Amino acid sequence: MMLFLADFSVIRPEPGLLIWTTLIFLLFWGLMGKFAFKPIQNALKEREQDIQNSLDAAKKAKEEISSLQSHNENLLKQASEERAAILKEAKEAKESIISEARERAKEEAQKIVQAAKVEIEHQKMEMLTNVRNDIGLLSIEIAEKLIHQRLSDKQESLQLTQKLVEEIRFEN
Amino acid sequence: MSKFVAILKKRYKRIIRMKKFVVPFICLFVIMANTFIVEGAETHSEELKNATHNHDECSCHHEEKYDPGASAFHHIADANAFHLFGDYYLPLPCLLYAPSKGFTFLMSNAFDMHHHGSGTKAIDGYVMVHGSIMRVKQEGFPMDGEVEVTCYTEKEAADGKVTYQVVYDEKCYELDKKTSYDGGIMGGGVTSFYDFGMTKNVFTMILAFLILFFLFRKAAVSYITRKGQAPKGVQAVIEPLFEFIRNEVAIPFLGSKYEKYLPYLMSIFFFILGLNLIGQLPFFPGSGNVTGNLSVTLVLAVIAAIITNFSGNKHYWQHVFNMPGVPWPIKFILTPVELFGLFIKPMTLMLRLFANITAGHIVIIIFVSLIFIFGQAGENLGGSILGGVMAVPLTLFMMAIELLVAFVQAFVFCILTSSYIGAAIEEHHEHH
Repeated sequence: MMLFLADFSVIRPEPGLLIWTTLIFLLFWGLMGKFAFKPIQNALKEREQDIQNSLDAAKKAKEEISSLQSHNENLLKQASEERAAILKEAKEAKESIISEARERAKEEAQKIVQAAKVEIEHQKMEMLTNVRNDIGLLSIEIAEKLIHQRLSDKQESLQLTQKLVEEIRFEN
Repeated sequence: MSKFVAILKKRYKRIIRMKKFVVPFICLFVIMANTFIVEGAETHSEELKNATHNHDECSCHHEEKYDPGASAFHHIADANAFHLFGDYYLPLPCLLYAPSKGFTFLMSNAFDMHHHGSGTKAIDGYVMVHGSIMRVKQEGFPMDGEVEVTCYTEKEAADGKVTYQVVYDEKCYELDKKTSYDGGIMGGGVTSFYDFGMTKNVFTMILAFLILFFLFRKAAVSYITRKGQAPKGVQAVIEPLFEFIRNEVAIPFLGSKYEKYLPYLMSIFFFILGLNLIGQLPFFPGSGNVTGNLSVTLVLAVIAAIITNFSGNKHYWQHVFNMPGVPWPIKFILTPVELFGLFIKPMTLMLRLFANITAGHIVIIIFVSLIFIFGQAGENLGGSILGGVMAVPLTLFMMAIELLVAFVQAFVFCILTSSYIGAAIEEHHEHH
């Protein structure tokens, strides 16, 4: 057992190795910290930040694009709605104009017809008056002639008068 | 027919792709096993020498028994020289201090090491035994200058205490281990000298530091030069680990204050992970058992404890000394428990990492030792082959587990430290 312990030298803390280890480890810590671990840590942190920023920017851009797209869609929708409205209005206007025109034309035609009727009536009346006047004059002429002729023959004159009167009646 | 050819081509491509991974892995394992086998063989033939029973005379003779335990302890131990291969060692600077003599500075190759890290020379009373520097304790040995020594032995005293001896001029001289602060419990204690040298573990730590610094600096720079681009190369390897520790460890426990502690938590994780992984390599520049050394984990745990307690806010200390909402007699029990907790928490950190890494390494070495156990230390070739057949899959399995453990233990140390700091800085709104 003693021999085992005597040779197991790694378990004995030796002053030389203690001092050297302390020195080397502290130096390692200091130099590696300053020239390796800190720059690497800073670079990694910076890169992580960069990645995060890039991701955020990409997300933002995506959102912007999608909002722009929806905006465009809205615009398109609005435009098509407006077009439809305008078309509808135009159609309505056309129809109303046509119907108005038709109405007016009807009225005008009626007026013309009315006027024509009045005119016709007027002319008819005038003609009738003229005819009546002519008949009166004619009857007077006939009567004169008859009177001239038949005053000699009473019988005959009577028959004639009768005949004439009849004719007039029929004619009228 | 053409369809069949297409299928074959596809299969072939897949095999080629697999080969890319499998072949280097097999090569790596073979090299690893060879490294161990070579070292193990050395252990058998050269290492274990015993003194004769006669206490007055001193001589070196081989002991024929192979000791897998001793071999394992040797391989996981810190060393004053880095074994490359064969008898070649990477010289490391040694700074030694003996209160009676003062400082001695030398390179470890001055000891002229041969057999398994044992030097043939003594310099100023210092010798190299199994890769570790020791100092002659007994009088009569020339304490100045360089002398040739014969060999090293172990000697068991009457009370059962085993000491290392150096044989010089046919006489035995007792050796002192380097000072360690275990209070003699683990066979150490304050001795006649201190070793402040750059050991194998220190070398490995500096290497890991440089590799990690190079990799992370490269990644940090590419974050600036390749700004706004996807991560690539080193950057792409480091980033998931970094983000994992930040997002799964730092932020959940520390909340909004995490950035202040992030460099520390990252340092802990990557320092331990790097050392664990380097320790997995069985040959130079790996093989340094750094995170499996208590001195190292002790320092890491103490730093964790210091950071935790210095970050502690009013609520934290109130919960330690005067738990709110608890009847006062209970507080006599609770306060000591909480106070113990302040020390137990870093202690568990220290022991967990140490035990996991050390245990993994020991198991691997023991598995490889099967070759020598079954081969009866090189006398039985059939047994060696049988041992090898058993050792290879077992070691392969263990190495895979150790790879997992390397990550898990680094993560566990980091997440527990993070949770301790988190508990210390947490703002309590409701009372228990």
